[in-house]
Order: sequence, then C-alpha cells, then structure tokens
Amino acid sequence: MARYITTKFLYTLLSLFILITATFFLMKAIPGDPFMSEKEVPAPIRARLEAQYGLDKPEIVQYVNYLGNILQGDLGISMKKLNQEVSHIIGQTFGVSLRLGLIAVVVSTIIGVALGLLAALYHRKMIDSVVMVLAVLGIAVPSFVLASLIQYLFGLKLHWFPITGLKDVLGYVLPVAALSAQPIAFIARLTRSSMLEVLHADYIKTAKAKGLKWPAILWKHVIRNGILPVVTYVGPMTANVITGSVVIERIFGIGGIGKVYVDSITNRDYTMIMGITLFYGIILMFARFVTDIVYVLVDPRIKLTSSKEG
Amino acid sequence: MANENKANKQPLPTLSAADFAPVDINQHESEVIKRESLTAWRDTWERLRSNKIAMGGLVVLVLIVIGAIIGPLIAQWVHGYNYKSNDLSATNQPPSSLHWFGTDDLGRDMFVRTWMGARISLIIGLAAALIDLLIGVIYGGIMGYFGGRVDTIMNKFSEILYAIPYLLVTILLLVVLKPSLGTIILALTITGWINMSWIVRGEIMKLKNREYVLASRSMGAGTGRLLFRHLLPNASGPIIVTLTLSVPNAIFAESFLSFLGLGVQAPISSLGSMVENALTGWMFFPWRMLFPALLISIIMLAFNLLGDGLRDALDPSLKNK
Repeated sequence: MARYITTKFLYTLLSLFILITATFFLMKAIPGDPFMSEKEVPAPIRARLEAQYGLDKPEIVQYVNYLGNILQGDLGISMKKLNQEVSHIIGQTFGVSLRLGLIAVVVSTIIGVALGLLAALYHRKMIDSVVMVLAVLGIAVPSFVLASLIQYLFGLKLHWFPITGLKDVLGYVLPVAALSAQPIAFIARLTRSSMLEVLHADYIKTAKAKGLKWPAILWKHVIRNGILPVVTYVGPMTANVITGSVVIERIFGIGGIGKVYVDSITNRDYTMIMGITLFYGIILMFARFVTDIVYVLVDPRIKLTSSKEG
Repeated sequence: MANENKANKQPLPTLSAADFAPVDINQHESEVIKRESLTAWRDTWERLRSNKIAMGGLVVLVLIVIGAIIGPLIAQWVHGYNYKSNDLSATNQPPSSLHWFGTDDLGRDMFVRTWMGARISLIIGLAAALIDLLIGVIYGGIMGYFGGRVDTIMNKFSEILYAIPYLLVTILLLVVLKPSLGTIILALTITGWINMSWIVRGEIMKLKNREYVLASRSMGAGTGRLLFRHLLPNASGPIIVTLTLSVPNAIFAESFLSFLGLGVQAPISSLGSMVENALTGWMFFPWRMLFPALLISIIMLAFNLLGDGLRDALDPSLKNK
C-alpha cells in the first residue's frame, strides 16, 4: 500500500512539474515583456528593473528560480494590479469559492446518491424514468445556460432569490443549484447502475433469506457496497465544480477566485493567469491523487497491481 | 383444434412396408439458412433503430446539421443579409418576420448568427473528435499491439499528461496562441486524444490473443494487415461510442473557452461566444440568449442520447450501465 501511494504521488509530482514547466515556457513565448508600456523605458531603468526581477539572468537560471519560488508558494506579482502578489490575491478570494464549491459538492453527493438509489429501487418504474431523464438533461445542459435560466426565472421574474451576490443563505441557492446540476446527474447515473448490480447480488438474497429487515439490508449491504463507484467521481467532480464555478461566479457576480481568473484572462494579466492555473492544477491533481488512494482504501477487492510487481 | 379433433376420430390407417422406408433428407437443404443473415453492422443498426430515444437524437442531429448548412443561405436568399451585416438602427430587436430570432447588440440577425454558430461549433466538435480519433488509434494501437516495455513507457507518458487538467492546458495554450479555428482545435486535441488511445489500447490487448489473429499471423499476415484488417475493425464498437461522446465534450469545452473570451473571435460566432455575448443584456433581451443556448443544449443532448444508444446497440450486455 505504501508503495502504491508513493508511486502515485511521484507521478502526480511529475505531472505537476510538467504543468509548471509549461507555464514558464509559455510565459516566455508571449511577445513583449512586463515592462513594456506606451512610453519607452530608458535603458538604465530597464536594466535595473530586469535585475530586480532576475530577468537579466539566463533563461535556465530564471527557470530554476521560478521553480524555487513556486515551492515556497510564491507565484509572482500581478502584472496589472500594482504590487499585488498573485498568491495574496488567491488567498483573499479563494475562501469564497471554496465555501461555494464545498456546499455544491455536499449537495450534489447527497441528492445524487439519493436520486440514484431511488431510481435503482424503483427500477423500470416511473421514478426511474424521471431520474434518468433528469440525469441526461443535467449532463447535456451546459452550466452557464442553466445558471442564466434559473437566474432569469427565479431571480428576475419570480423574485424568490437574489439575482447576484452571496449576502445571505438565499443568495447561495441559485449558484449552488447551477453548480451542482451536472455532478448530481453524473452521481445519480453512477449510483443507479452500481446499486442495480448490488441489488441483484447473491449476498442480498442471503440477507433476505436469513430474515434481515429490509431497512437493515438497505443500509448495511446495498448502500455500503453500491456507493463505492461514487468515490471514483471525487476527482472529476472537483474539476467540474472548479470549471463550473469560473462561469457561475461571473454570472452571479460573486467575487471569488473564478471571477479573478476570468478578469485576468480578459486583461491578459499573464502572471495572474499562470498563477491561478497552477493553483487550480494543484487542487485538481491532488483531488485525483486522493481519489486513487481512497478508492483502494474503501474497496479491498481492488488488487494493487503495482505492489505485486518486482 | 378442430383439425385435431377430426384427426382423432378417424380410424387408424393401415400401414404398409413402404411407410417404414427412410425419409429422404436432403443434407444440403438442412444447411440452407432460412433467416436472412445479418452482418454485425446490420445487426447493430437494427438494434439502434428499435431504440426510439437514440433515433430521436440521430434525427435531431441530422436536422441541426442541415440547418447549419442551409440556415444562413436561406436568410441570405430571403432577406439578403449574412452573419456580418449589421443594421445599427435595429439593435436588440425581438424576433419578427424580418429577423426570425431577433437581432443582437450590433443589429446583426440572430437567425443567421445562430446557425453560423452551430456550424462553427459542429466543425470544432467534429474536427477535434476526428483528430483525437486519429492520434488515439495510432498511439493506442502501438501500445496495445506491441505491449511490453513500449506499452509501459507510452502508457506512463500518457498517464502523466492526462493528470494535467484538460481545460487548464487549453486555456494556457489559447492565452499564448491567438485564438482562431485552427488553434482552438489544436488546444482541444493536445491532450484530448489520451482517452481514445486508452480505449483502443484496451481493445487491441483483448483482441490480439484471439485465435483468428493467430490464424492470420500463421498465414503470413504482417503487422499492418493484422491491425487494419483484423484488430481495428473488431475494436470499432467502443471506438465509435467514444467518438460520439467526445464530440459534445469538445463542443462544451469550446463554449467554455468562448465564455472566457478565448473562443472564436468576432465577427465569427460560435454558440458559446453568442451565449457569452448575450449575458450582458440577457435580462432585457432574453431571445439573444435563448436561441443559441437552446441549440447548444439540444446538440449536446442529441449527441449524448445517440452515444448511449450506440453503446447499447453495439454491446447489449452493457445496457443500463
């Protein structure tokens, strides 16, 4: 097990290293430099500026410095917002996005598993069809379409919820709904197919035959076993929530990290783009790593191929 | 019933020696196949055709493709404007007989732009999916066919690449490259092929130990013939399903990029960029959002339904998974 985790961790680090390298060289590929402005900067000043930021050194040295800085959590300075550190801005805005994202994750897991379980228990009945139709719709309708739609309908026309902002609990309802729709659909489908498999398993028959009450069977055997595949969705769900949140924050005017990301892309604030991309990359890769580990931990039936080798 | 009763009432017939002569069975006739023989593809098609939902998706897709081809032409022919022509005296008009889907903030006709957008979105989706297919089949084919150390190294490489989030890579590339149809497709395919290569690898590994491959090899077939005549055609089911489901993914990714301002640039429109463009005035001019948003949802839905149906038709054992 330790060996498996170490290998996975090393691979994750390697991927992260490639992403960091890519951001560095893509930054170098952009025409122009941070000190370009309408007015010609005098040569001595330019030289001093370059020396201050280490831009006078050979690229390979700059690259090593860049790696070192990232290891210390320093993502550089925003090119558009004067003297603001990228990591500082991320720290300021991430909390809002994190709270929104976590609520969405919890909501989608609970509703998704519940819907999937209902569909499986009432297989080929009305509820099953309704859930499956909803699931297909949830996967097909892009989150920005859904977000705009519910904003128009429940915010503007019906006045049930605020149109923008996260001032109170009601403010969270629409963004969370828009953010959770797709994960709910995926989780419901996953849960349904896995629960269907479990419901037909022999050990369920055994449990019934030995006289166990149905709620106990459901809780101890069906849900315990059927929920496993949902764990595999942790990684993709994180990705979904992050990309979703970039869009949702813009539509609902929420000042989280997603909005900063969109703004920095619009303003071509390159250090900010690269910094947030790296930040997102680390979260997503970490989520995938955790998924791999947790999946093995919760399901002892999965054989660890890497532990058998040599 | 009536015949049986009548037969029972009749007296037993007297039997002669001739009645015990062996019946002359034509050996050849018993081998004749009465039922029309179906090829695997006909069989798949019959199963798909009986799936009403998947066929609905297919019909809708065909209609949308036709609309994307002739929609702009119709408007040009009836009203004489194209996707670029604007009329600043008629901005943000609601749908009317002159502008069937209304006009946008620059007075451009939404009907033409929506169908042009569908055209661009479909082109991007299909092109990205086909390039993924090409690279995926080659890379996955090599991994699966040769196996061993080649497979280990190539597989680790693709795993490491795959761990880098897909949308982040496309965003990074498009921030640096100037967004155009070509660079968007490039950005979408740069790590998009990996999934396809794994599907191909898995199928080829499963198939290459079958007897018919051994038989063909023993008759002197080379690598090329084995791959293209035997392995890939037999792996085509999962490949087609993956292909069908990767089209809506690419369309969604493009619309997400458009949303960030990294999609196709004006005056060309894609469905994603139109939705993004409509966001500013969407409270007051809902039709500007409605038509492109509706169309993109329908396209995604249709591809997903068709893909699910294809999967069931190609491998009925996977049904309800």
